[in-house]
Amino acid sequence: MWNYTQAVHDHFLHPHNAGPLAGANAVGEVGSLACGDALKLYLKINGQGVIEDAGFETFGCASAIASSSVLTDMVKGKTVDEALKLTNKDIAEALGGLPREKMHCSVMGQEALEAAIRQWKGEPPIPHAQEEGRLVCKCFGVTDAQIIRAVRENGLKTLEEVTNYTKAGGACGDCQDEISQILAAELKQKPLTEIRPRPRMTNVQRMQQILKIIDGEIRPLLAADGGDIELVDVDGRRVVVSLRGRCSQCRSSDVTIRNLVERLLREHVESDLVVEEA
Amino acid sequence: MEIRYFDNNATSAVAPEVLEAMLPYLSDFYGNPSSMYAFAARAADGIDQARSRVAALLGANPEEIIFTSCGSESDNTAIFSALQAQPDKRHLITTRVEHSAILNTAQYWERQGCRVTYLNVDDRGRLDQEQYLQALGDDTALVSIMFANNEVGNIYPIQRMAEAARERGVLFHTDAVQAVGKTPIDLSHMPVDMLSLSGHKIHAPKGIGVLYVRRGVRFRPFLRGGHQERGRRAGTENVPYIVGLGKAAQLATEHLQEERIAVARLRDRLEQGIMAGVPDCIVNGDTENRLPNTSNISFKNVEGEAILLMLDRLGICASSGSACTSGSLEPSHVLRAMGVPFNYAHGSVRLSLSRYTTEEDVDYVTEHLPDVIKTLRAISPYKD
Repeated sequence: MWNYTQAVHDHFLHPHNAGPLAGANAVGEVGSLACGDALKLYLKINGQGVIEDAGFETFGCASAIASSSVLTDMVKGKTVDEALKLTNKDIAEALGGLPREKMHCSVMGQEALEAAIRQWKGEPPIPHAQEEGRLVCKCFGVTDAQIIRAVRENGLKTLEEVTNYTKAGGACGDCQDEISQILAAELKQKPLTEIRPRPRMTNVQRMQQILKIIDGEIRPLLAADGGDIELVDVDGRRVVVSLRGRCSQCRSSDVTIRNLVERLLREHVESDLVVEEA
Repeated sequence: MEIRYFDNNATSAVAPEVLEAMLPYLSDFYGNPSSMYAFAARAADGIDQARSRVAALLGANPEEIIFTSCGSESDNTAIFSALQAQPDKRHLITTRVEHSAILNTAQYWERQGCRVTYLNVDDRGRLDQEQYLQALGDDTALVSIMFANNEVGNIYPIQRMAEAARERGVLFHTDAVQAVGKTPIDLSHMPVDMLSLSGHKIHAPKGIGVLYVRRGVRFRPFLRGGHQERGRRAGTENVPYIVGLGKAAQLATEHLQEERIAVARLRDRLEQGIMAGVPDCIVNGDTENRLPNTSNISFKNVEGEAILLMLDRLGICASSGSACTSGSLEPSHVLRAMGVPFNYAHGSVRLSLSRYTTEEDVDYVTEHLPDVIKTLRAISPYKD
């Protein structure tokens, strides 16, 4: 049973501003049936850019309905510029907090608000998948831009937190490595320091660096399980390796290559290396 | 507020007779059954009687009954034992709709290098028998198929599937946690080699289970240590709970036939009442072949957790296969394996009855549930 606050219960059982809003001139829709929650937010914005009224329709759990309800209360009377400053954190705080696993409900509220205002401003309603970024989580349609925003605004530190806030990586799990990389990049990034792309290596430099990481980092890890690794070829960004010893009979060798070898080589040598088994 | 309990597949009330049978073993007869004096023999006698009662419920011999701590332990033990006793065989067959006690254990063994076949189901949750027969091989160490599904209640053709395994010389285990006490199981006529059951699903307390192991089946203990359970499961016996399970088994044996009919009648009344009161809902599973106590209904365009919380306000206890209730982000693996469309899968509610469910309980649900669905549909952005 979720530990919902009284405010969540109240908003869920007696939602404010529920239902479509007559005379709405801005509508924002996020989520989908497949995702398990969806919100359609209606706003009535006057000539001065003040949100006069709001309404919502939500498909989802108690925290999704409560987040929608409290959001409509919060935006009423605000100018669109003020409303755009609301973060998902503000929504969660207005409810006295949400369980960690439910934070994505507050993110959904913020995204619907933004989508509605976009529409009012005449900006194209941008579907999730192409929203200012690259699609990372295909199951829930989450882009890298959305992940980075959630990480920055909520100070997220782990993959699990990213999933709780954005749902990314919560279904098939295929994108979890990619999310970890985005997260690692965000956490490393110091504000105000200039980010310089690493200069491209020559083939010889690349090969030497790869050998160094294989010898120094990867081989000792595999040796612990009675395995070994050999570098077969480096062809541009393609690195061909062969697993030896116990690793060669291991049914999870694909996983080893992807999660261990490729991850370490990308981290220490170049971020776009692709590792294959000979 | 009166509690209307419709979640008996999650756990069930301890029967008053069971509690009464247990109490002396919590107070007076606290001896260790392994000790040599007459006082401890009282505890040992309690276990013997319980073993006979469980054996009678299953059509088994008492020495084929091993007491464990829960259904999950029994499941883990069955798979562990089959793989340890047959080191040359590295293949398992199970289904995509098993309980996580089997699924996660199978995945563990997969990581240890075993090959696992997960049988598919059709849209009503029926197992792919052709895939099963093709998967049985010389390398197969164990087939583990649930007797009945916990979410939708489907009863699987264990007799036929166990016979096919026996013909190929493959061990057969069934997780019968949901089936025992709800549908007849006679192991004297069924070539099942191992079977798991759990006490708290049949009105015994939580923390007690059984693994049945057919006489002559090679066995390797999962829990090593003392000689308890004839060296097959170490650990001082949980005497009061074993006695409680024995009593629960006796009650199940005595009342199974009449209860099946009575509970099924109430379940059908519940289901028909809901279907009549709520448009756009479907019954999930194989309605012609399911447990008498289980009903799994999907309500279109509403979300399960929201339904459960509103029912909770009315004192109605139920469960859902929706993503939100489990903390995972995807709806139940069973409904997904069946290919239930998303607009229905997120809105599934499981209602499971027991011998203690009354007609009044049923009518209370059919009276209030339509309003709950109506309220939630009114604020859903999906209308058709």
